[in-house]
Amino acid sequence: MRINISRTKIETEFVKKVEELSGQNLLACYQCGKCSAGCPAVSEMDILPNQIIRYAQLGLKDELLASKSIWVCATCLTCNSRCPKGINIAEVLEALRQILLRKRRDYVGPAELSEEEIGEVPPIALISSLRKFTS
Amino acid sequence: MKVSYYPGCTLKNNAKNFEDSALSSLARLGVEVEELPRWNCCGTVFSLAADDTFHQLAPIRILVRARENGSDALLTLCAMCYNTLKRANARVAGDPDEMDKINQFMYREDTQYEGDVRVLHLLELLRNDIGFEDLSAKVVKSLRNLEVASYYGCMLVRPREIGFDDVENPTVLDDLAEALGAEAVDFPFKTECCAAYQTVTDIGAVADRTNQIMGSARVRGAEVIVVSCPLCAFNLDHRQKETVEKYPEFKGLPVLYFTQLLALALGAPVDDLGLDLHYVDPKPLLEEKRLI
Ligand code: SF4
Ligand code: SF4
Repeated sequence: MRINISRTKIETEFVKKVEELSGQNLLACYQCGKCSAGCPAVSEMDILPNQIIRYAQLGLKDELLASKSIWVCATCLTCNSRCPKGINIAEVLEALRQILLRKRRDYVGPAELSEEEIGEVPPIALISSLRKFTS
Repeated sequence: MKVSYYPGCTLKNNAKNFEDSALSSLARLGVEVEELPRWNCCGTVFSLAADDTFHQLAPIRILVRARENGSDALLTLCAMCYNTLKRANARVAGDPDEMDKINQFMYREDTQYEGDVRVLHLLELLRNDIGFEDLSAKVVKSLRNLEVASYYGCMLVRPREIGFDDVENPTVLDDLAEALGAEAVDFPFKTECCAAYQTVTDIGAVADRTNQIMGSARVRGAEVIVVSCPLCAFNLDHRQKETVEKYPEFKGLPVLYFTQLLALALGAPVDDLGLDLHYVDPKPLLEEKRLI
């Protein structure tokens, strides 16, 4: 995959927005990869957690917002608890989801779920899914 | 100390057996708790976005209810409620501006919240207030010979500030199992995420984790998995159906709440355990062990 990096991308509002929504200093990351090493969802991710942070530093907005990874993360917080630089990676993923969700780009909607799907899961599953994946 | 109890939504539905077995155990231990006369859903997940004050309202309102009920401690059973309430509490208590904003938003409440209700998980109460040694002395039916793998999942232990045990190697559930006379089975996936709410949209991912988590406990000799979260319970127990479809060689195990083992050991009648709410029937195992 070819990726274009440029000063203009790095200096966009997007990087500031991610830092603001996540409350994290993206530049603290030194790419050790520990977050990805312990993430139980990596096998389903297209951009790994450490790469998410790198992409976010570089302002690669289009790649990040189109990424499958932000939706397969289950906010288990393993990455956060292991990062030697104290970065909350899960909060960065949340910021990326929020950027989309706040534009009403819901990932799931109650209307798309069948009655059977809704009926078989407990309230805790449905509420948390809709809290994470809708605006 | 008057302890108010917050059940949360799922303990009144799919996880009624979690609530019933917990309340039966507490009564047997002589601990008085009172369910909040009025409560709302906590939202199930703590809102991570730095500017998201709005979603802190639901959990904070529950803490207001605890105050109004005359309590400075609120007992939870569900790991997700515990995590959400405790994190929301810590967040607003550490940020006077946000606390003020929330109180202004809740202007129709009679009580202003001051961040002074302690959120407590039943496991903390058992370990710290009763003590596992004293608990052990109250066991009337030892769980001798039962091989128990304790699955902690995420929300009981992470983040570090919120958990009440080691973040990488928690032992509170294992210590409890041993206090009740059971054999604790250690296994490497005890804090690995079960895929949580992905269960609504990606059952395959849950099947992968259930296969891995349960398979690992099984090869180490576990006969039952013990949990403290109704979502973990659903994924590890009910999703065994889809796990077998995806992995035909998969062999399951029954999944119980830690409170069901506790109630059993304290001599509760089998009706208090709600054993009919499980996908994998735990009765044959408990009968074989002469526990029911
Ligand atoms: S663990 Fe922390 S420092 Fe290491 S790559 Fe991940 S975010 Fe960067
Ligand atoms: S919070 Fe998300 S990114 Fe971090 S380890 Fe868990 S699933 Fe992976």
